[in-house]
Amino acid sequence: MATVWFCLVSLMLAIYVVLDGFDLGAGIIHLFVGKTLEERRAVIGSIGPVWDGNEVWLLATGGTLYLAFPELYATGFSGFYLPLIIVLWLFVLRGTSIEFRNAVESPVWIPFWDVLFGFSSLLLALFFGAALGNIMRGVPLDASHRFFEPLWTNFRVGAVTGILDWYTILVGLAAVAALALHGALWVALKTEGDLEQRAARVARPLWGLVVLFTALITVATFALQPQLAINLRRYPWGYAFPALAIFGLAFIMIFLRRSRMKAFLASCAYLLGMLSSATFGLYPFVLPSRTDPAFALTIENSQAPAYGLHVALVWWIVGMILAAGYFTHTYRRFAGKVRPGEGYGH
Amino acid sequence: MLSALPIDRFQFAFTVTFHYIFPQITMGLALLILILKTQALRTGEEIYNRSARFWIRIFGITFALGVVTGIPMEFQFGTNWAQFSREAGGVIGQTLAMEGVFAFFLESSFLGLLLFGEKRLGPRAHWGAALALFLGSWLSGYFIIATNAWMQHPVAYLIGPNGRFGLASFVGLLGNPWAWWEFAHNMTGAVVTGSFVMASVGAFYLLSNREHEFGRLFVRTGVIVGLIAAVLMVFPTGDSESKMVATNQPATFAAMEGLFHSQKGAPIAILGQPDMVKRRLDNPLTIPRVLSFLTYRRWGAEVKGLSSIPENLWPDQVPLVYYCYHIMVGLGTIFVAVLVICGFLLWRGRLFHSRAALWALMLALPFPFIANTAGWITAEAGRQPWLIYSLMRTNQGFSSQVSSGNALFTFVGFMGLYALLSLLFVFLTWREIGRGPGMV
Repeated sequence: MATVWFCLVSLMLAIYVVLDGFDLGAGIIHLFVGKTLEERRAVIGSIGPVWDGNEVWLLATGGTLYLAFPELYATGFSGFYLPLIIVLWLFVLRGTSIEFRNAVESPVWIPFWDVLFGFSSLLLALFFGAALGNIMRGVPLDASHRFFEPLWTNFRVGAVTGILDWYTILVGLAAVAALALHGALWVALKTEGDLEQRAARVARPLWGLVVLFTALITVATFALQPQLAINLRRYPWGYAFPALAIFGLAFIMIFLRRSRMKAFLASCAYLLGMLSSATFGLYPFVLPSRTDPAFALTIENSQAPAYGLHVALVWWIVGMILAAGYFTHTYRRFAGKVRPGEGYGH
Repeated sequence: MLSALPIDRFQFAFTVTFHYIFPQITMGLALLILILKTQALRTGEEIYNRSARFWIRIFGITFALGVVTGIPMEFQFGTNWAQFSREAGGVIGQTLAMEGVFAFFLESSFLGLLLFGEKRLGPRAHWGAALALFLGSWLSGYFIIATNAWMQHPVAYLIGPNGRFGLASFVGLLGNPWAWWEFAHNMTGAVVTGSFVMASVGAFYLLSNREHEFGRLFVRTGVIVGLIAAVLMVFPTGDSESKMVATNQPATFAAMEGLFHSQKGAPIAILGQPDMVKRRLDNPLTIPRVLSFLTYRRWGAEVKGLSSIPENLWPDQVPLVYYCYHIMVGLGTIFVAVLVICGFLLWRGRLFHSRAALWALMLALPFPFIANTAGWITAEAGRQPWLIYSLMRTNQGFSSQVSSGNALFTFVGFMGLYALLSLLFVFLTWREIGRGPGMV
């Protein structure tokens, strides 16, 4: 049962990253590809009707994590106290900048929110990457499964690490590059004219960066987290996950010229591949320990009691079918290019 | 300050109080928008559609703020109340996850349709979107109330070998009788807020001599719906809730009523300040025997006072509980009175010409927010010293490894950020109201 929930939470998280990833990415490149206020409005218009629905996946994932692995929720959230609260503030700033940017037609009001939107999107991607890095690297858990990390210590991956060290920063930068690329492909898919061309152009160097960072974090992660190699040896079918990422990455470049839609889907495949590789490589750990391996949180020692997990599986499936229905509906209504004047906002 | 506990409590109290300004508007407005859309569908008159459009815009702004201030609430269960989450996650993880899976997806999908899809959807489907939004926001309310009700009145749980709580019955958790009364009381409270907001904006238009048709519609709808909700808020929902508190949380009840000593034929206190040293109310204004009657329906029944309960089981802020409860009940009574008078004037066809009544409706705007907030403080401060009533104390539930310095850092940050959000909210809603429904 714990394994089932491990897979379901990983799946929800992956859906979240793929969906909110493109609107975060659109935020990162927003200031660079949108040269005029109108073009920037179009960038926001391309994520307008969907971004908050995408963010709901994070809430639902958080809720499901709480339901299935309360120990992990408690230990992880209190140990990562500072970055999580900072992420909350960034979400507040980002959400308000999208919602309120178009509320006042003023050359003072709009640029302010545009910069805030770009800045908060960038930092969110960085923090999400760093968070993933922290989990892959492991945290200094004590015998009672507690830990607390300051934002940084000496930036080395030692026994007393902070949230930010060279490894987690590296993963953070990789996330920024990957989501920026994802966002650029989305904007190219959803907009027209100069903006579309510029978004497609910026995707090229971003792709190079993603290749570079992918190689770097792969090497670093194998060096830092032995479980990855152990799992690949034990379950060779697990090579399918990194293979998905590699194919995804390759196909982005192949499709970039030919089909915006296929290039974007290839980027989804890349993100899914990377995340599933990471969670596959961790299993059965959910929070590895940098101190004594016995202190680590695993799916076994952090799961909720059995009855609740069984009942929840029933309603979870029902809820997900409903959610999939709403999402298909929303995205279908919103298919095609965003035309000027059809803009989102007040 | 060595322990982070008081800061954790202040931070949660502050963020949740600020957050709840918004959901009480949206949950109330969701019903009112549905009523307007239903009227539009039934009568085919354009004024209902235009009114709905205006209120959907206000709803949109409020909803956005409700979402961004709501996420920190879910997070804080883990960040600041880790030990509580560790032990109770097996139970309340259910309701919190259900809120995400069932309510949030529904709300976020259909709000978009409601805001931008009127032309494409057609009147019937647009009405359907209003219905879905209403269901989503009230469902969301139910899951949160069910979570809170479990902390107030834990049911359907078992204690595992490691001392953690687990779910024993799914139906039992969702069917907690405490949850149903709390939900009914809370939702009527939200409808009162929404109705006063609508009536108050309508009164503002009429007094400013503009948007006459809309002004009248808003005042009429607000007064009628508000009156029904305000009456239901007092009876049966408020009445049943206080009886449940009297039976299950006697210390809380005694603190709410400011009753220090057990008494047969206990009086109800209208005014008076609790003196915790001398254990009495200063300058009390009381009505004899009424408390006994309201609680047990017998004039001579005995009501338990604080002194019959060990002091370590008292709420740690008795005067706060007492004042908040009295503010809530006092304002609730005034709402009923104001709305009955306005309802009578409306029936006689004189409301729109009575400047005094319109002024009263307009100026009433802040008070439902105060009443709802005071009610929640009564419930939460009244539950102390327990985090989960009779099972886990508040001082056992916080995150022991988050230092007070780090907790204060984030608390100060939240205060600054929320000050900014309040300005933004007032500015944007004020602008919408200034533009008026005639523009959309």
